Amino acid sequence: MHPQPNSVGIVTPQTAHFDTPIALKSGATLDSYDLVYETYGTLNADKSNAILVCHALSGHHHVAGFHFEQEKRPGWWDNMIGPGKPVDTERFFVIGLNNLGGCHGSTGPSSPDPKTGKPYGKTFPFVTVEDWVETQVRLADRLGIETFAAVMGGSLGGMQALSWTILHPQRVRHALVIASAPGLTAQNIAFNDVARQAILTDPDFHDGDFYAHGVVPRRGLRLARMLGHITYLSDDVMGEKFGRILKNDVFQFGYGVEFEVESYLRYQGDKFADSFDANTYLLMTKALDYFDPTHHHRVGLSAAMSPAQADFLVISFTSDWRFAPGRSREIVKALLDNDRRVSYAEITAAHGHDAFLMPDPHYHALVRAYMNNAAKGLGI
Amino acid sequence: MIARADFAAIARWVEPNAKVLDLGCGDGTLLKYLKEARNAHGYGIEIADANILACVEKNVNVIQMDLEAGLSGFEPQSFDFVILSQTLQAMRNIELVVKEILRVGRQGIVTIPNFGYWRRRIQIIGGRMPVSKDLPYQWYDTPNIHLCTFVDFEAFCRDQGVRILERHVMCDGDDVSLLPNLLGNLAVYRFEKA
Repeated sequence: MHPQPNSVGIVTPQTAHFDTPIALKSGATLDSYDLVYETYGTLNADKSNAILVCHALSGHHHVAGFHFEQEKRPGWWDNMIGPGKPVDTERFFVIGLNNLGGCHGSTGPSSPDPKTGKPYGKTFPFVTVEDWVETQVRLADRLGIETFAAVMGGSLGGMQALSWTILHPQRVRHALVIASAPGLTAQNIAFNDVARQAILTDPDFHDGDFYAHGVVPRRGLRLARMLGHITYLSDDVMGEKFGRILKNDVFQFGYGVEFEVESYLRYQGDKFADSFDANTYLLMTKALDYFDPTHHHRVGLSAAMSPAQADFLVISFTSDWRFAPGRSREIVKALLDNDRRVSYAEITAAHGHDAFLMPDPHYHALVRAYMNNAAKGLGI
Repeated sequence: MIARADFAAIARWVEPNAKVLDLGCGDGTLLKYLKEARNAHGYGIEIADANILACVEKNVNVIQMDLEAGLSGFEPQSFDFVILSQTLQAMRNIELVVKEILRVGRQGIVTIPNFGYWRRRIQIIGGRMPVSKDLPYQWYDTPNIHLCTFVDFEAFCRDQGVRILERHVMCDGDDVSLLPNLLGNLAVYRFEKA
């Protein structure tokens, strides 16, 4: 047993291989692919206690617990998911997966293309939120899960939860849409494009085929992540955390690391450049940009969401300016127009967009209370 | 057992299966009661974090927003009843709230305390601002910035084009029929657009 209290303990990722070709929204088809996933808790006899956790831009299947005893950090949402935690794995069977196009084990641009034996690189097709939902449906089918007790996620993960309720209304009882939006704003798309340009113009990018050249577009990835990090935090929390603090007391009159905030951003950028695939980053940001349930219908969000049958918990954070509370209120409005059951909370938090990953007591109490009632309603 | 005297009166007026919006719904007690007693469904609106949590714990739909900004996000005539239970007197812009109630709801139901209640009149004559069990605040810490008498409220409704359909006057939970503006300390009104 792992020493960490309330932890799901040591977990082992699994891989599901799919041979049925999947037609993607872009028009491309992928003949076969792998999805890597983890599960926590036990699936009950009638398979009614399953929860799907969808990840955000840089997330993956390692949602909770540890891969080995000495692993430095647990899964990315370990404070939310585990025995006795807001999403209680003693009651629920929780699934985390790495989305198609990812770089943590599921088939993506860095995986070998079976036709050539070489990494897909730029030939890997574009993937959308709706495509991910379809692959998640296939994983659910594989695991024998007809209806999810809940589908939940923050940010891009919340978009997947939202999409589930529209595309498969009968297969999701509750949706927890956290720090999300029904579509990116122009400002948000602009940030994504600057991040993409940083990667695309890196000489080491080689039009996406950098694998063959034995290099990684580190400079681009690093810049993209640095930019992202600025937008995930609030001005206040940056001020509080770093202020104008210098690493050494005097100005160096140079371009090295002088301010603490520079040190932090460069560290985050380097860490990311060492671990994340540039092509995956490009794909994920495009999936974000393309998400818009109203796009193909040419109708408002209320009409686009009319198929949804799930009950909703929608949560936003006051200092989140990348996925601002107003965007969550648009989702709430569409649900009200459709007479859906919904509760909406605006959490007072300083941490900006990152707040959805923080263990804020009120935020966690809300999710806990909501999931308790969900469990009761499902007879779990 | 229900917490507040006006809840039973409100429940009598809410038709079975009605769709209701409870403005300033507190911990969700009224909505839960209306669901059990009338199979009513709908939403509460609240601003306080603790109340949002209490509502979610009760499995009551609640939307966190500031009522003072109006009811943007709610479509015209999308509710059978819009309820404001003992909150009106604490609101800044009463005219806006009443207008919004009748924009969003077919009918409004509001509960207000009566500042013309005889005990309060006596306290004023005695030279002090009224303090009582139902209005327990001192003048300097009261959230109740717009207190009125029943007569005042009814005149306000006439001026605003609001037709009062029914009034239920109470004193400490008991019904009052004689000299309501003097003997009642709480009233529930049901109204619609005139």
